[in-house]
Amino acid sequence: MNIVVCIKQVPGTTQVKINPETNTLIREGVESILNPFDENAIEAALQLRDKHGGKVTVITMGPPQAVNALKDTIALGVDEAILVSDRAFAGSDTWATSYTLASTIKKIGAFDLVICGKQAIDGDTAQVGPGVSEFLNIPQVTFAVGVEINNGVMKVNRLLEETNEIVEVKLPALITVVKQMNTPRMPSFKGKMKAKSAVIPTWGAKDINAEDGKIGQKGSPTSVVKIFTPPPKGGGEILSGSVDEMVDALVKKLRDRKVC
Amino acid sequence: MDYGFTEEQKMVQELARKIAVEKALPLRAELDETGHFPWEVVKALAEANLTGIHIEEKYGGIGGGTLEYCIATEELSIICGGIALAYAATGLGTMPIILFGTEEQKQKYLPDIAAGKKLAAFGLTEANAGSDAGGMQTTAKKDGDYFILNGTKQWITNGGEAATYSVIAITDRKKGARGASAFILEKDMPGFTFGKKENKMGIRASATSELVFQDCRVHKSQMLGREGMGFIVAMKTLDRTRPGIAAQAVGIAQGALNEALKYSRQREQFGAKISTFQAVQHMLADMATQVEAARCLVYAAARSIDSGSKETSKMSAMCKLFASDTAMKVTTDAVQIFGGYGYMKEYPVEKMMRDAKITQIYEGTNQIQRNVIALELIKELAAKK
Repeated sequence: MNIVVCIKQVPGTTQVKINPETNTLIREGVESILNPFDENAIEAALQLRDKHGGKVTVITMGPPQAVNALKDTIALGVDEAILVSDRAFAGSDTWATSYTLASTIKKIGAFDLVICGKQAIDGDTAQVGPGVSEFLNIPQVTFAVGVEINNGVMKVNRLLEETNEIVEVKLPALITVVKQMNTPRMPSFKGKMKAKSAVIPTWGAKDINAEDGKIGQKGSPTSVVKIFTPPPKGGGEILSGSVDEMVDALVKKLRDRKVC
Repeated sequence: MDYGFTEEQKMVQELARKIAVEKALPLRAELDETGHFPWEVVKALAEANLTGIHIEEKYGGIGGGTLEYCIATEELSIICGGIALAYAATGLGTMPIILFGTEEQKQKYLPDIAAGKKLAAFGLTEANAGSDAGGMQTTAKKDGDYFILNGTKQWITNGGEAATYSVIAITDRKKGARGASAFILEKDMPGFTFGKKENKMGIRASATSELVFQDCRVHKSQMLGREGMGFIVAMKTLDRTRPGIAAQAVGIAQGALNEALKYSRQREQFGAKISTFQAVQHMLADMATQVEAARCLVYAAARSIDSGSKETSKMSAMCKLFASDTAMKVTTDAVQIFGGYGYMKEYPVEKMMRDAKITQIYEGTNQIQRNVIALELIKELAAKK
């Protein structure tokens, strides 16, 4: 069973600031960590491999330093890791990112399952996992909290807001996982030694046969117009007087604002 | 501070620190209270390959030396000296097999210990044979291809939890210091049972039990080294593992210093943080200096052992003596900086003070360490003449 896991390096703090001129995150001086949901995605992949055999390949699209995140996954027991990095990918939105990751997976070749974290904690869009499945034209099951595979059919337990939903899907497929799915394992010394000497290949736009107009800023339909902190809500107004007076005043206010 | 660690040593430190913070820290107060064994942490250490730290790679270990063992023990001890001891003691129990085991014995026992499937323990101390190991009463009487063990070992760390025991027993009392032999025993051997689990002042997450031998038959193939080498096996083992106890002491002291420093920046008296008072600052400065000096001595001793030095006894006695006295002093000062709160169980420093005390006592009391150091000094001088 061949599994591909898509991961992302994210700023290691919730205290990041936004550059008001460019509307982008100020990443300088902020430590990068592996997106926490991706740790669960890797653990899910490793558990499935340990049970069914096969290989786990981890991919990430990012700058050259993202190779460190990939090496960390080798220390956990991942078989192979590929960095997808090219200046041409800069400025990708979720659409272009999904296209790029899907193109990478096509290039890898035969796979049975793609696993992503449910979302990245920096952008919080939860769009890339589903996007990748669309580009690959395979079924997707989001918010997985448990999986079972029998004869090429995967039973997935989805964690929804107030209920769990169990669905069946044929492989190949893509799932996104939530943190309740498992407890990620710790790296080992032998794994770290393996990671130290691991050679992580870097694939550029040409290597994955990406079409020019579909990657990077050019290939991104989203443009961020403005990012701002919404003004805090006002303190509200307390009415006074007798009950009748207060009811009259309240109804008038609601009518004035066309609420009723 | 950069201690000139290799990349591998830094990996050991990083892994041990991660396990200490993520696995040991949430458990330490509970285990201190209940005295339950830290199997969960042992499992994490095994998964990280740290249970095989000084076992050769061909037996499934990672082939580290005394320094790697010390680094891991120190990191665990910063968080919990008791949990760290469960780890360090398996190293102690394994050392006689590493140093004196035959190829068959190594193949039989080391892979399971390296993989963390089994823990090891070391049985030397008895009720009337502490500092005076010669007072040992446990006997191993030859009977054909077997030895029959009778007697009781006391205060054995990991007793009852470990599966593999290196035990010293008298094979021929008439031969005095050459009358003891070392054996590998396995839990569940007929005639081998455990006495009561001790209720201790500190290091309560570690298990301490009696080993009771009643006509326990051990095949001669289980002997470590030759007949009569028991005390040599014990002394060479302790020379190698004492820096581990010293590292435990350094860790406990560092943990107490960390807590005291943090608290001094929070606690306000007379309208100011107590860290602004020179009386407190000087205490912190002394504590930090002592911890650093102890740490450097431990690393120096460990490196000396790993380089194959012949001065092992003196260096390992010195670092154990100095680091454990430092741990007692620094943890006591940490409680002082915390004041009344430090005496309460809500804060971790009273536990650290309790944990520190044993490091001055076990693996040879500090008085015995001074004897060892002085004897070595006199021997060195005599050899020059």
